[in-house]
Amino acid sequence: MAKHEVTMTINGQSVTAEVDSRLLLVHFIRENLDMTGTHIGCDTSNCGACTILLDGKSVKACTYLTVRADGAEITTIEGLAPEGTNHPLQQAFHDQHGLHCGFCTPGMIMRSVDLLKNNPNPTEEEIRWGISGNLCRCTGYNNIVKSVQQAAKEMAKEKEATV
Amino acid sequence: MFKCKTSAEVGGMGHSVKRKEDARFLHGKGNYVDDTKLPGQLHMVMVRSPYAYAKIKSINKEKALAIDGVLAVITGEDLAQYNLHWMPTLLSDTQMVLPTDTVMHQSQEVCAVIATDRYVAVDGAEAVEVDYEPMQAIVDPFKALDDDAPLLRPDKEGQEDNQIYHWERGDRAKTDEVIANADVVVKERIYLPRIHVASIETCGCNASYDKDTQKLTVYLTTQAPHAIRTVVALVAGHVGLSEEKIRIISPDIGGGFGGKVPVYPAYVVAIAATFLIGKPVKWIEDRSENLVNGFARDYHMDCELAATKDGKIQAFKVSTLADHGYTDSSANPSKYPTGMFSICTGSYDYEHAFAELDAVYTNKAPGGVAYRCSFRVTEAVHAIERMVDKLAAEIDKDPALLRFENFIKKEQFPYESPLGWSYDSGDYKATLEKAMEMIGYDDYKKEQAEKRAQGKLMGIGICTFTEVVGAGPSKDFDILGIAMFDSAEIRVHPTGKALARFGTKSQGQGHETTYAQILAEELGIPYTDIEIDEGDTDTAPYGLGTYASRSTPTAGAAAAIAARKLRDKGKKIAAHLLEVSEEDIEWEVGKYFVKGAPEKSKTIQDVAFAAYTNIPPGLEPGFEATHYYDPPNLTFPNGAYICVVEVEEETGAIDVKRFVAIDDCGNIINPMIVEGQVHGGLTQGIAPAMYEGIEYDDEGNVLNGTLMDYLVPTAVESPHWETGHTITPSPHHPLGAKGVAESPTVGAPPAIANAIIDAVAPLGIKHLDIPITPAKVWEAIQAQKAKA
Ligand code: FES
Ligand code: FES
Repeated sequence: MAKHEVTMTINGQSVTAEVDSRLLLVHFIRENLDMTGTHIGCDTSNCGACTILLDGKSVKACTYLTVRADGAEITTIEGLAPEGTNHPLQQAFHDQHGLHCGFCTPGMIMRSVDLLKNNPNPTEEEIRWGISGNLCRCTGYNNIVKSVQQAAKEMAKEKEATV
Repeated sequence: MFKCKTSAEVGGMGHSVKRKEDARFLHGKGNYVDDTKLPGQLHMVMVRSPYAYAKIKSINKEKALAIDGVLAVITGEDLAQYNLHWMPTLLSDTQMVLPTDTVMHQSQEVCAVIATDRYVAVDGAEAVEVDYEPMQAIVDPFKALDDDAPLLRPDKEGQEDNQIYHWERGDRAKTDEVIANADVVVKERIYLPRIHVASIETCGCNASYDKDTQKLTVYLTTQAPHAIRTVVALVAGHVGLSEEKIRIISPDIGGGFGGKVPVYPAYVVAIAATFLIGKPVKWIEDRSENLVNGFARDYHMDCELAATKDGKIQAFKVSTLADHGYTDSSANPSKYPTGMFSICTGSYDYEHAFAELDAVYTNKAPGGVAYRCSFRVTEAVHAIERMVDKLAAEIDKDPALLRFENFIKKEQFPYESPLGWSYDSGDYKATLEKAMEMIGYDDYKKEQAEKRAQGKLMGIGICTFTEVVGAGPSKDFDILGIAMFDSAEIRVHPTGKALARFGTKSQGQGHETTYAQILAEELGIPYTDIEIDEGDTDTAPYGLGTYASRSTPTAGAAAAIAARKLRDKGKKIAAHLLEVSEEDIEWEVGKYFVKGAPEKSKTIQDVAFAAYTNIPPGLEPGFEATHYYDPPNLTFPNGAYICVVEVEEETGAIDVKRFVAIDDCGNIINPMIVEGQVHGGLTQGIAPAMYEGIEYDDEGNVLNGTLMDYLVPTAVESPHWETGHTITPSPHHPLGAKGVAESPTVGAPPAIANAIIDAVAPLGIKHLDIPITPAKVWEAIQAQKAKA
């Protein structure tokens, strides 16, 4: 199997590795880098449990080859907020009981980061469509929607405070 | 209504405290089975059958073994040398671990490839050459009992046809007689299709055997770690695995819903593999394997409901054909092969009922798991709630009124049901009234009349269900002979903080929070000072696990009683510290005080400290207690759900406008968590009602074995749920609690089905089986038009 050298930034750290051409990014992150917060829930790009940020956009890491991520800047759930602190979305999921088993949660949160970046003040309907590439079997989504709403408010406040 | 006894800081029952377990999940630090990585980690991938029924002529391992990194290919023949190729199911049937000659369903495990890397294991699985001789599969369960049907299980001694068992309850003759003489009888064949729990985490294990210590450790996606440990000891005892050397660890679980109760063949193969190779072997199911293997429901129910002409229900009869696939691997209590299906008489007061069931073998995957319901309660509730609506339509009576007129009344509890259950408590009338008020039932009735006048299709559907959960009393309930008690063990440390361990296992239900709240309620120790530990058989007390809404009814009760034992001991210590006699000590949440002199008191923390430092003469040191709780009865949560839908005649499109769920689960430990459980269960209720169903073609091929075609609802399909409560405490549970998480999964499908059928009723449609898809509605509408 052909090997390729790739270099990328993950959660602020530069990483260089030799990888097989077929290695999926989600496996690279989980197995090679031992960051297991990014999950795998399907084999057809439907569940979104593997969602990460790649160059600022939410991407399903199970459908992305590691070699294609050469040169990219990646954020996973582990790097979303400095150790010991919460991103407003993490805080909101806690406050609004937006998680049960937690398996979909990292993907949901990473997807929502992108959603709020593009639409800082989404309606309930926009949130529902915005996270419709991510499946949750536990929560029934009501509280995930509320979590995203709370985070949107918090982030708007933070933004106001910084201008 | 429930009044909190503790402050918000202590966080006992009734407080919506935030969950203690959240932080690790929010930061990507959860520890699920696939996250475990052990030194020398190997990976296993299963080779699976493309055929539903075939002879295996040969398995050629050579090409696979030639691949660099492939260490072993394990076949049924290999396991047969150790007599490990078959295993018992939890319901006394037998299931292949790996086949030696025949495959019985599509995607059945054929052999296993062990390799140093996940990708290489997949390469190996693709390189294994299996020569099959396909045979004509039995797919239709109604044909399984035909005279010319091939005998699917010749391996079973005395098995002459494809019937697994016949079961019945109630008085057949009397029920038939009442039905024959009734003014009105409605009949329907109702099918609840095969579905899958589809938790977002699939199943998997990481098995590791240490040849020096002879200890087997298995990280396993299991809802019942202790039961699994015992099963492993029973299945593999003869090769030298003995129970004290087996440690099952159920780490964080990404949703269970019943699908993580059974023992899947690959678990056993992984254990055999690590036993032989001496290195850890990990198997993680992929999504297609997950959806195609194992199932829930699959009941064909012929129902008859008899009533007087003004709608007083007199008798209910249901005859069911159950498709179990090639083996009965239901994880039911052994005396209840059909689970608690006999709750099918519902929330209504009448005398006569009869239920029977024939279970058959077909060439489909085994399963029959209790998918988020207490062993077949979903099927039972669907049957009665559809039939009650059918009766209402038949005699042209408002379905709410018909229910009010037939409800078991509050004063009738404990109520002995015609099929032998003793319902503990409920106030069905108040619950339905609350749901009707919350949704605005009368207004919707008016709106519906107006819409109908304009030729528009709008429907209102009700479900008023009664569940039976919390298995169960040891005289009746066991799995493989093990009584279905559950346990709690509390250790209060000298500084007044505590660690409590349980025989259950959370899969998202929030036990780390709710159990701490129960102990906070009973001991007055703040819930934040109490650590909860579950899922490791080396440390947790024995228990049967978490499913069938049994954690709160059994382990929750065990926690309360263990805490009360501690409180009794604490009283002696407090008397010693306060220099009064024990009779002069009174308890109030968190402290002991002298009768009539409340200023003389000792906190629970003082008492805990003294239990280690200043022990009264003659008293055993330490402050720990354990309780194994054997419930005196089951609990009977109930609820009233109302759904409003609109249907587009031209396309069959269904729009769920409103959905209100009022649940009565007795006293509530954490309202936030209960509400969350209800939301989640409701989405798992709309799923089979409108979207999900495993489909087969005539050859036994699964037609929708991926998430691309098996439609798990997203946030878009899932409506905005509206919830509320009535509270009728369970009279026999120490906390008055009943269990809740399964009610919504049970109650939502009939409410939705009833609403959709009500919407299309003006077109002459009287019944539709779930999942009710737009295509199904459209076809039914076309069929009606063709008739007209
Ligand atoms: S793992 Fe399901 S979308 Fe990536
Ligand atoms: S919280 Fe379990 S899948 Fe979303």
